[in-house]
Amino acid sequence: MDTATIIAVDGLVYASWLFIVSAGLTFIFGVLRILNIAHGSIYALGAYMGAYLGNAFLGGRYPGALSYVILLVSAPLVGVLVGPVLERIFLRHIYDKDEVVGLLTTFALFLILEDGIKLVWGIDPYFIDTPFSLLGNIPIAGISYAVYPFVQTGIAIVIGTGLWLLINRTRFGRQVTSVIADREISVAMGINVARINTVAFTIGAFLAALGGAFAAPMISVEPGMGIEVIVPAFAVVAIGGLGSIGGAALGCILVGVLRAAAVHFFPELEMLVIYVLMFVVLVFRPQGFFGAVRLRRI
Amino acid sequence: MMAGGAGTPRLGIVAIGVLILLIFVAIPLFFSQWVVFLVTIALAKAMVVLGVVLLLRGGLISFGHGLYFAAGGYAVGFAMRFLQVQDLVLLVALAMIAGTVMAALLGLLLRRYRGIFFAMLSLAVSMILYTLLLKFYSLTGGTDGMSIHAFTVFGVRPAAGTTRQVLYYAVFALSLGVLYLGHRFAASPLGYFMKALRDNEIRIEYVGASIAQPIYFSYVFSGALGGLGGGLSALSVGQISPEAAYWTTSGDFVFVAIFGGAQSIFAPFLGSVVFEFVKNYSVKFSPDAWQMTLGAVLLLIIFFLPDGLWSFKDAASRLWARWRRS
Repeated sequence: MDTATIIAVDGLVYASWLFIVSAGLTFIFGVLRILNIAHGSIYALGAYMGAYLGNAFLGGRYPGALSYVILLVSAPLVGVLVGPVLERIFLRHIYDKDEVVGLLTTFALFLILEDGIKLVWGIDPYFIDTPFSLLGNIPIAGISYAVYPFVQTGIAIVIGTGLWLLINRTRFGRQVTSVIADREISVAMGINVARINTVAFTIGAFLAALGGAFAAPMISVEPGMGIEVIVPAFAVVAIGGLGSIGGAALGCILVGVLRAAAVHFFPELEMLVIYVLMFVVLVFRPQGFFGAVRLRRI
Repeated sequence: MMAGGAGTPRLGIVAIGVLILLIFVAIPLFFSQWVVFLVTIALAKAMVVLGVVLLLRGGLISFGHGLYFAAGGYAVGFAMRFLQVQDLVLLVALAMIAGTVMAALLGLLLRRYRGIFFAMLSLAVSMILYTLLLKFYSLTGGTDGMSIHAFTVFGVRPAAGTTRQVLYYAVFALSLGVLYLGHRFAASPLGYFMKALRDNEIRIEYVGASIAQPIYFSYVFSGALGGLGGGLSALSVGQISPEAAYWTTSGDFVFVAIFGGAQSIFAPFLGSVVFEFVKNYSVKFSPDAWQMTLGAVLLLIIFFLPDGLWSFKDAASRLWARWRRS
């Protein structure tokens, strides 16, 4: 059996899962200049919504294929419910303050959402495995793999392409690019920056929820799941360069493959490699692979 | 305030200071073991928070101070387990040295970073330590951590039932020492450089001064405080586990730093004591909603009291003045 193939496949699967979450994180940072710690909680919200709706509708009367629709619907539902509220009420007050304040505010929101989830859904785990079991297994290079994780790979590719098209081929994308380059000038040019901020944050929240919803069939949905996803997502985003979606993709693939290799050869070092990689990249290239070097202003 | 350094403090301030000192001395005589324990933990953690605050004054936010907290705790644990060290003084010194040495190494690197990069890199380093502590369980005990058993003071074992009191007074005395050192530090040229750094780094360079050195010394001092606080709270809890290096622990320190305020070196101690009690009672009354309370309080502080609890009097008198004018 070919070790390299196993590592490549495992790495790809992990990278796809991580990319869906970190694409939203880096997109939000790019536009709003806020490193959103609450992103992990929105991911958890997506997973809970998917599992909850799934359990509510999949009581035998409906075909199992409906579960995919439910997962697809719960992500924008969470995005639209949570995104505008957080951005309009809390985040819009801190754009002109230090980046550090953004970090603290989203940390506070993270604390609130973590307990909010417990209050709404309780502390018992939720399961939704229909989407997973429905697809069965396929053999790759002599090993039987579950098909479902490759659905995530598909979604990751769609999201990557979709974001690229959105930013480079639409009117909204041009406005976003302009806001990223200079907020004040954009206002002067007649761009509705407040609206761009809200929409951008909602898109980011939607992506986090999408990552959560499609991760739900593979895990038990339980309190604390958001805490664990946020730091690897930070790592990936820092490696790729804050605000760069291509960078996040590269970071995910690097992290995914290295982690898969570690799992294969030195299982104890599984999580360690992620942080060490982040550390090494930040030491030698603080702005990450594709991050812009920031000008120092007086 | 005190950090100003010049002149003799007014009589009222001295009286309040003496009163607070007496209250702290009297706590073990009048309150239950549980309260004594809570205050001990609060004071120990306040030392770590003071370290976070000293950096925060320069606009550097360390989302990885759990690293030094854990370093101090594990230094105590290792010394007890492998070196059979039992003496409190020695253990505390070792904890502080562990924090100092780690900060002296990492500071060489971290002093090059500012803002969000400083926060993320310190987070990465603390998570590296966390995974190491978790995985090398033959040395560290893995998720269970290590238990830290009874200590001696200069070779004498405290009489049964007085361990908590002994530890309380030790932590209290050390807090006074830390406050003095923190005050001297904040009032020194180094301390003022950190303030200037927050305002404008480039101007410091135009004056012809180097900013790397003040940052480095602040960082090492802050790491020493982290190790000291970590060792002391490991001793009073009687246990140390990898959670100490997890990013949410560091988040708590940052929380208390903002909660208390960065303006005064007393603020971390005020913040920490209030925090420890509020946390304890809200965990008792609503175990599933206490983080929510913390988050809401943090939001209130950020938006309405940006200088923390310590500035409450100023903010209140401002509001009062505005209300009277209208």
